[in-house]
Amino acid sequence: MSFYDTYLKYKDFDLNRDFNLSQLTTCLNKDKLELTDFANLILPLDGQHLEALAQKARALTLKYFGKTIQLYTPIYLSNYCSNECIYCGFNLHNRITRKKLSLEELENEARFIYDTGLRHVLILTGESRQESPVSYIKDCVEVLKKYFSSISVEIYALAEDEYADLVKSGVDGLTIYQETYNENIYDKVHLSGPKKDFRFRLDAPERAAACGMRSINIGALLGLSDWRQEVFYLGLHAKYLQDKFSSIDFSVSLPRLRPQTGNFVPEFDVSDENLVQAILALRIFLPRLGITISTREDPLLRNNLVALGVTRMSAGSTTYVGGHTLDYSTHNLGSSSQFEINDKRNVLEIQAMLKEKGYQAVLKDWMQV
Amino acid sequence: MAADILEIAGKEIKSRLFIGTGKFSSFSLMREAIKASEAQVVTVALRRVDTSSKQDNILDYIPKDCILMPNTSGARNAQEAVRIARLAKAAGCGNWIKVEVISDNKYLLPDNLETLEATEVLVKEGFVVLPYMSPDLSIAKRLVQAGASAVMPLGSPIGSNRGVKTEELIRIMVEEIKIPVIVDAGLGRPSDACLCMELGCSAVLINTAIAVSDNPVNMARAFSQAVTAGREAYLSGIPSQGGSASASSPLTGFLRKEN
Amino acid sequence: MIIKINGKSENIETKLRLNELIRNKNLTPAAVVIEYNGSIILKEKWADILLNENDNIEIVSFVSGG
Repeated sequence: MSFYDTYLKYKDFDLNRDFNLSQLTTCLNKDKLELTDFANLILPLDGQHLEALAQKARALTLKYFGKTIQLYTPIYLSNYCSNECIYCGFNLHNRITRKKLSLEELENEARFIYDTGLRHVLILTGESRQESPVSYIKDCVEVLKKYFSSISVEIYALAEDEYADLVKSGVDGLTIYQETYNENIYDKVHLSGPKKDFRFRLDAPERAAACGMRSINIGALLGLSDWRQEVFYLGLHAKYLQDKFSSIDFSVSLPRLRPQTGNFVPEFDVSDENLVQAILALRIFLPRLGITISTREDPLLRNNLVALGVTRMSAGSTTYVGGHTLDYSTHNLGSSSQFEINDKRNVLEIQAMLKEKGYQAVLKDWMQV
Repeated sequence: MAADILEIAGKEIKSRLFIGTGKFSSFSLMREAIKASEAQVVTVALRRVDTSSKQDNILDYIPKDCILMPNTSGARNAQEAVRIARLAKAAGCGNWIKVEVISDNKYLLPDNLETLEATEVLVKEGFVVLPYMSPDLSIAKRLVQAGASAVMPLGSPIGSNRGVKTEELIRIMVEEIKIPVIVDAGLGRPSDACLCMELGCSAVLINTAIAVSDNPVNMARAFSQAVTAGREAYLSGIPSQGGSASASSPLTGFLRKEN
Repeated sequence: MIIKINGKSENIETKLRLNELIRNKNLTPAAVVIEYNGSIILKEKWADILLNENDNIEIVSFVSGG
C-alpha cells in the first residue's frame, strides 16, 4: 500500500467542476476541508474571491506558524548527472562544465554560509552514482555537521536502506519533487536515466518517512503540465503523507520553470495569480503544511508571498556548484548552473525585508543533540 | 443511502446509547429505565457477594437481548483489571469488558498507562475490550494498535455531570481514530450526549445522569432521543460557523498592481 | 477448620466440597463466580474441590455499576 494506489484512485478526477462562487464562502468557513473543497479552491477565480482566499490563508498561517519564516540556502555539491530531463540545466547531454566539490571546497562553502548566520542548508546533487554516490554525500554531511544544525538533501531517489543510512549520518530533511504527477508527461520529459522510473520517485517520500526523516518537502515543477492538475495531486500527496506519518513535518514547494541551459520553454503558462492561488488553496486545505518559496521567484513576488502562507524561503542562493565561494566569472567555468535564479538577495537583505514586514527570520530552528 | 450501523467486534449494535446500571434506587426502576433508553449495551460491575444477606441477581433485571459489558471498576492497576476481567468472563455472560483502572480516588480519573497494559493482555486472551480512558490521542492510538474494539474517553469526571469538558480532545480523537469513539462519564444532560454525537462520536455511555434524575425512565428516553438527533445531524453535515467578509484587497492587490 | 471467604476468616466443617459450601451459603450457582486460591474454578468443577485449612476463596457476582 503506497501513495501510488491513492493516486490511481484519483487519476481521472474531474477538475473541471461546476462550482457556484457563492459556495466559496461555505467552503472557506469550513473547519476541515475535503478533497473536493480543495479542488474547488483551485478553479478559476476573480480578484475579489482570490482576496477572500488570501484572508483565510493568512489567518491560518498566523495561527499555525506565527510571524516567522525559516531561512535556508542550497549548496550544490555536484552537477554530474546521468539523467536526460529536458527541463533541467544539468541534463546529461547539456554541454556544461561538470564539477563536483572536494571536501575542502565544501568546507569553504560551509564556512561562508555559516558566517551569514544560516544554520539550515539544503544539499543538492545531480543523479550520478559514480560521481556523487551516497558515500560521497555522507562524507559531505560529516563536513557540514560541524557547521549546521539541520541538513536537508535534494538528491536522486534512494532506496529505503539508503535513506536510513543518511538519517543515521545526520540528515534530517528530504526534498524531492515529483516534477509532474502526470505519468504521460513525466515519461515525455524524462528521456532516459534512472529518473525515468515514475513510481520509484513517487514512493520516495514514503520510504524516507519510514526511516525517520524528520521533515519532507515535496513539489511539482510548474509549467510541465496544467498547473491545476499538478497542484491537485500535490495536495493529495501531501495529505496522504501527513495522515500516514503524523510525526513528520511535511511541506511543499511550487517551483515554476525558469530559463536554463538547454533552453527548454515550458508549454504551460503559470501566472503569478496562478501561483498565489495554488499557495492559498494548499494552505487552506492543509493548514499545517509548510510552504517553501525559492529564489526562482522575483523579489517583489517573494516579498508579497510572505504574508500569504509561505513558511520557508531560501536566501543568498546560487545554483552553481560551490557557487557561494567559487568565482564562476574568472574561472571561466561556463554556464553550469541548474537554473537562473531570480532573487539574488543575500541573507541580510532578506532578514531586513522580513523585519520590515513584521516577520522574524529564523536562521536556526533546532539542533540535534 | 447506506445504513448507518454501529459495529463493534463484528456485532451490530442497535443503539448508540449505552447505559450503566449503577446508582439506581431499585433494580426494577433500573429495568424500566433500560427499556425506555432502548440501549443494547449495559454495563455492570463485579463485587464480592455478601454471603450474609440474600440479594437479587441483577441479571434478572436486565433485558435478555442486551449485551452485558462488565467493567473492571475497583481495579487500581492492570493486574487487578485483568483479574476482574477473567472473573467476569467466567460468569458466562459473554466476553465484553470495559477496562476501567482508577487509582485516583479524588476525581476518579483513569490511569491511561495501566489501562493500556490491561488492554494488551486482555485482547490477547480473546476479550472484546472497550477501555475507559482520559482523552489522550497517543494512548488512544496505542489502544487501537493493541486491539481495542473501541475507545471510551471521558467527557468529564465520573458522576460530575459537568458535560463535555474534553470536547476539543474528543474532536481530535474522532478525527484521528478509526475505531468507535464512545464518550463515557460526566455527561449530565441529553444536550451533552447530542453534542458528542454531533462531533462524530459513535456512541455515548450514560449512567449517573439517568439513575439519579427525578424521573429516570423519562430521562432515559430523553437521552435516547438526544443521541438519535445528534447522530442524524452529524450524518447530515453540520454547517460550520461563518467568518467575516472583507471589502478591499490588501493581500492580493499587488497582483493587479494596485496600491 | 479456618478458611478465608471474601477476605474474612470463617470456621467451616472439614471434608467440605466447594459446591457444598456454595449451597450452604444459599447462593445461586448461576449468579456467582468463584476464585479458589487465586484460580477461577468453573461451575462444573466445583464438586471436585475438597476444601483445606487456610484456603482463600473469593465469591463474586455482577452488581450494578457504570
